[in-house]
Amino acid sequence: MHPLLTQACTDTLRMVGWSTAVTVVLGLPLGVLLVLTDRGGLLRNLAVNRVLGAVVNLGRSLPFVILMIALLSFTRAVVGTTIGWQAAVVPLSVGAIPFFARLVETSLREVDGGLVEAVQSMGGSTWTVVRKVLLPESLPSLVAGATTTVIALIGYSAMAGVVGGGGLGDLALRYGYQRFETGFMWVIVAVLAALVTLVQLAGDLAARTAARRGRPGPAPRLRLLRPAAPAAPTSST
Amino acid sequence: MPTARPTTMDSPVITTTDLRKVYRSRDREVTALDGVDLTVREGEVYGVVGRSGAGKSTLIRCVNLLERPTSGTVEVAGRDLTALAGRSDRAPAALRAARAGIGMVFQHFNLLSSRTVQDNVELPLEILGVSGRERSRRARDLLDLVGLSDKAGAYPAQLSGGQKQRVGIARALAGKPKVLLSDEATSALDPETTRSVLELLRDLNRQLGLTVLLITHEMDVVKAVCDSAALMKGGRVVESGTVAELLATPGSELADELFPVGGLPSGPDSTVVDLTFHGDSATRPVISQLARTYNVDVSILGAAMETFEGRQIGRMRIELPGRFEDNVVPIGFLREQGLQVDIAATAEQPAAVAR
Repeated sequence: MHPLLTQACTDTLRMVGWSTAVTVVLGLPLGVLLVLTDRGGLLRNLAVNRVLGAVVNLGRSLPFVILMIALLSFTRAVVGTTIGWQAAVVPLSVGAIPFFARLVETSLREVDGGLVEAVQSMGGSTWTVVRKVLLPESLPSLVAGATTTVIALIGYSAMAGVVGGGGLGDLALRYGYQRFETGFMWVIVAVLAALVTLVQLAGDLAARTAARRGRPGPAPRLRLLRPAAPAAPTSST
Repeated sequence: MPTARPTTMDSPVITTTDLRKVYRSRDREVTALDGVDLTVREGEVYGVVGRSGAGKSTLIRCVNLLERPTSGTVEVAGRDLTALAGRSDRAPAALRAARAGIGMVFQHFNLLSSRTVQDNVELPLEILGVSGRERSRRARDLLDLVGLSDKAGAYPAQLSGGQKQRVGIARALAGKPKVLLSDEATSALDPETTRSVLELLRDLNRQLGLTVLLITHEMDVVKAVCDSAALMKGGRVVESGTVAELLATPGSELADELFPVGGLPSGPDSTVVDLTFHGDSATRPVISQLARTYNVDVSILGAAMETFEGRQIGRMRIELPGRFEDNVVPIGFLREQGLQVDIAATAEQPAAVAR
């Protein structure tokens, strides 16, 4: 493979990998808090809920390019530079956390309230409810949400490349747009398409595996050509 | 089966005092509980019946404070739970500890779909901090007790409704509670399964001395397992007592619903009599004795009887020819046999029949 392409792929994977990690670590608790502090939640606190909701909505409403530029000084403060894949991780995470938090919120809301009550009736604390009910019961849906988030991050990472983040987006801009090397451009498109497809397939497999617990049937496997079985309603994204 | 019980169950285990629950929404208030006083004694099976919306579900959820009462107190096993709960919405550690001593089973089972049967039963033990080996030993014992030891590795989705409820019961018993709350536990089950689950509850009540408070809208449930019952209407308990006491209460609505008797006199010049069998006297063919001894033609207008362990409980409405004055002697005979006799109607006052 072309050394430029190899380098760009590595950068993109690093950007997406690190920002996914940061997004899950911070977005998951944020999503849980959004559910718990809401009306009827276990930690009902409407003031906190409104503030969190407003912050999440603000993050979601800004186009990523603008968010990236607006965060330049914050990025410099965190990683010491505004160039390179390390710098791109900051705006990517900030952009993806609210997105993932909303997906987490939706997943958790689908958990049957009766299960929460059952654990409360056993003397379980709020933390026990989160750990033993909300997260395990919504796992397939959470995995599907994480897959969607990773794919969105791959898209954002191309934009991050444009303003100095490197990676495939940067390569496409320089060779495809500025030099009109159409052939090179199509290679990049193909690499991105392959990357997204792989992430989606892996995510679907993971979600199906998680959803299969408790449901009799054959083991899930990667489906490339056959249509997906209807047995895994939560796996599609 | 009120008479089959030993009389050792005296001390109250669950007491609610003037319990009120008002739901407030933006522009209206709904009073779900309107001053409920309930006393459930140790070792009894207590049924609360009522139509949907009568407040029975709110009541049982107030007993372990899943629902915070607006006012009033709840005492379980000598502890004032309402005091433990304090003012805050959240459950402090003391309340959570008390809840661990109260088992609860639910209409829709509420089993975790991501856990096996064994792991579902272990869940309350995890919360109690029981060690892994002890947990699995206790869970196996409990599954044995409810007759599901072969399903330990199955997931809830692979079980039938009755099996799910048995898992729910095993789980509720894991913390060795003294009290079991049953929130419409059999309402989602077919009649056959309902009976087997009720038998299980009855057995547990006897074997473990477990006190059971159950709510249901099915009178058959009360008839099958309850020692005592209460009827709720519009957020109030309108009748309560042991099944025998209720039967002995003239005009008791609960007794009427448990053992409905109907039937109108066939013509003028007859006396309609309601007989209540308390189960105090062993079964004797009272009616045929009456007919033979006094040479009267007795017709049975309606009857609802159950025989438990050789004792008859229930009510029967019979018609005797002639006016009340003509039937004083046969009625006296029935009273002598230990039956409660109420004159439902004579030809002169038929209005009393239609209650």
